[in-house]
Amino acid sequence: MTAMTLEAINKSFGKVQVLHDISLEVDEGEFVVFVGPSGCGKSTLLRVIAGLEDASSGDIHIAGEKVNLTPPSKRGIAMVFQSYALYPHLNVRGNMTLALKQEKQPKAVLDERVAKACQMLDLEDYLDRYPSELSGGQRQRVAIGRAIVRQPKLFLFDEPLSNLDAALRVNTRIEIANLHKALDTSMIYVTHDQTEAMTLADKIVVMKDGRVEQIGSPMELYNNPANKFVAGFLGSPAMNFLPGALVGDANHHTVGVRPENLFLSDTGVIEATVHLVEELGGDTNVVAMAGDQPVTVRLFGQHPFEQGQPLQLGFNAEQAFYFDGDGQRVT
Amino acid sequence: MYKARSNLLNTAAMHGALILYMIIALFPVFVILINSFKTRRAIFSEPLALPNAETFSWIGYETVAQQGDFFLYFQNSMIVTVGSLFFILLFGAMAAYALSEYRFRGNLLLGLYMALGIMIPIRIGTVAILEMMVATGLVNSLWALILVYTAQGLPLAVFILSEFMHQVSKDLKDAGRIDGLSEYTIFFRLVLPLVRPALATVAVFNMIPIWNDLWFPLILTPSEEVKTLTLGSQVFIGQYVTNWNAVLAALSMAILPVLILYIIFSRQLIRGITSGAVK
Ligand SMILES: Nc1ncnc2c1ncn2[C@@H]1O[C@H](COP(=O)(O)OP(=O)(O)OP(=O)(O)O)[C@@H](O)[C@H]1O
Ligand SMILES: [Mg+2]
Repeated sequence: MTAMTLEAINKSFGKVQVLHDISLEVDEGEFVVFVGPSGCGKSTLLRVIAGLEDASSGDIHIAGEKVNLTPPSKRGIAMVFQSYALYPHLNVRGNMTLALKQEKQPKAVLDERVAKACQMLDLEDYLDRYPSELSGGQRQRVAIGRAIVRQPKLFLFDEPLSNLDAALRVNTRIEIANLHKALDTSMIYVTHDQTEAMTLADKIVVMKDGRVEQIGSPMELYNNPANKFVAGFLGSPAMNFLPGALVGDANHHTVGVRPENLFLSDTGVIEATVHLVEELGGDTNVVAMAGDQPVTVRLFGQHPFEQGQPLQLGFNAEQAFYFDGDGQRVT
Repeated sequence: MYKARSNLLNTAAMHGALILYMIIALFPVFVILINSFKTRRAIFSEPLALPNAETFSWIGYETVAQQGDFFLYFQNSMIVTVGSLFFILLFGAMAAYALSEYRFRGNLLLGLYMALGIMIPIRIGTVAILEMMVATGLVNSLWALILVYTAQGLPLAVFILSEFMHQVSKDLKDAGRIDGLSEYTIFFRLVLPLVRPALATVAVFNMIPIWNDLWFPLILTPSEEVKTLTLGSQVFIGQYVTNWNAVLAALSMAILPVLILYIIFSRQLIRGITSGAVK
């Protein structure tokens, strides 16, 4: 059964159309990640699913029920916000139980669910503290706990990690992945961090300017991008887009080669000079200039390059991607 | 700013200016207070002298206590001030919330219309107000004053509060909606506590003019049982003879309640409870 279905969702604020004809299915237990550049409408789509904004047209089904007109609290969803959004006047326990109290659940249920969530998130020691007395990471865990106790059919996360520092972000990311395994509930997760998207997702939805560019598993999108935007968005460093003429291929407008698929070769078709070297220890990223065209190469191991040094680079034709003048993939 | 603070001379100049201003501001109050404890003769011979054993006298306070029903006037003033503040804050905050939170047609126009009231003094409409009060039979009742002061205070309240309501985290309100809180609960339990400093500001701004107003009590509530303190004190100011002892004593006593209200609200002003709600 599908946990959630979107059918041809459009959303306009006044005259500005923010979401264009978005259709999507989320399967039971699936982890779906929305990625895309800032302002592409990820949060708006999430808010439409949550019921915080009404779609201008289109249908939303959650667990088989049409919920277009259902208020957020009755949709069987729980949401975690980027800014935590904890209730300042309630302690951790109060924050986690407020929704259940609104549903008039008996106290035994409250206690049991809070206990379980706290154990999962390591929050037992903080139950009586107020949000102002918690660190950023703890606050985000409370916010996640508040979502868990509701036992929703669908979790919605809006960039939950972007206020945390790098180390904590990795830890919390792993925690969310574990949570997904333990709960086995469908989750929708918004981010613009592609590492989060690649590591967490069963299915990635790449968005741009309010439109879905491509939907697929992380490896599908990586290995088989539908267009130049998706190809350039996933993968770090980003894919090189070289004019066909530069690589001696007059049949194609643009040739895309991932930095790791370029190699040093005396017979390589690209002649370039070293412009910038990033030595990461395990890898070396080299930005070389072929005329005015920058080319990024990712080499395994350590390579002592000098600036201005000439390079000859080659790639295997079967590892390259070909695009037409509109940025669409051609095979 | 921090540079200036480290400079001793600047600090001294700044504090000097502030102290000077404080003295200027408090001087009339001080003169009223000391003279209210002096005999009539001493008030006129040496208005700036402190009361001593010879000139000290309760006569002003005694007159006030005997003449007129000052306790009743006090009570009336208190009811009018507190009542008006309550309605200004309640309706002001509600209107501000609606204007800042909900998108609807004419939102901007409605906001401008409400702000217009800031620029137009309500006294221009005195005659119309009096006619309305006569028609509704509210003349000589405290409700007349409360309604007028509420109308007078609302424009600025809406203007200031909607600015602050804009700043309350959208996520927090949305979290409430997802957790099933009603819009009223979100307003009263989540939003209002977070804009408490703004509420206190509005209260302080409105309190003093209401407490001190003579115009509307004179016109709308002149009868004995609904007189306010300011109006009640006028009996001592005659056309030819003014009983200064009594006037000064009445004024001194009138300061007290506002002072207490002010202290209550300024506590709220300072207390920052917003930390920790959002990052
Ligand atoms: N209430 C609103 N009124 C008008 N326009 C809005 C409103 N909310 C969002 N928008 C517009 O909708 C577009 C998408 O916004 P949205 O917040 O969904 O982007 P996003 O993908 O979440 O970006 P980010 O990664 O920066 O969070 C933006 O161009 C924004 O200006
Ligand atoms: Mg967003």
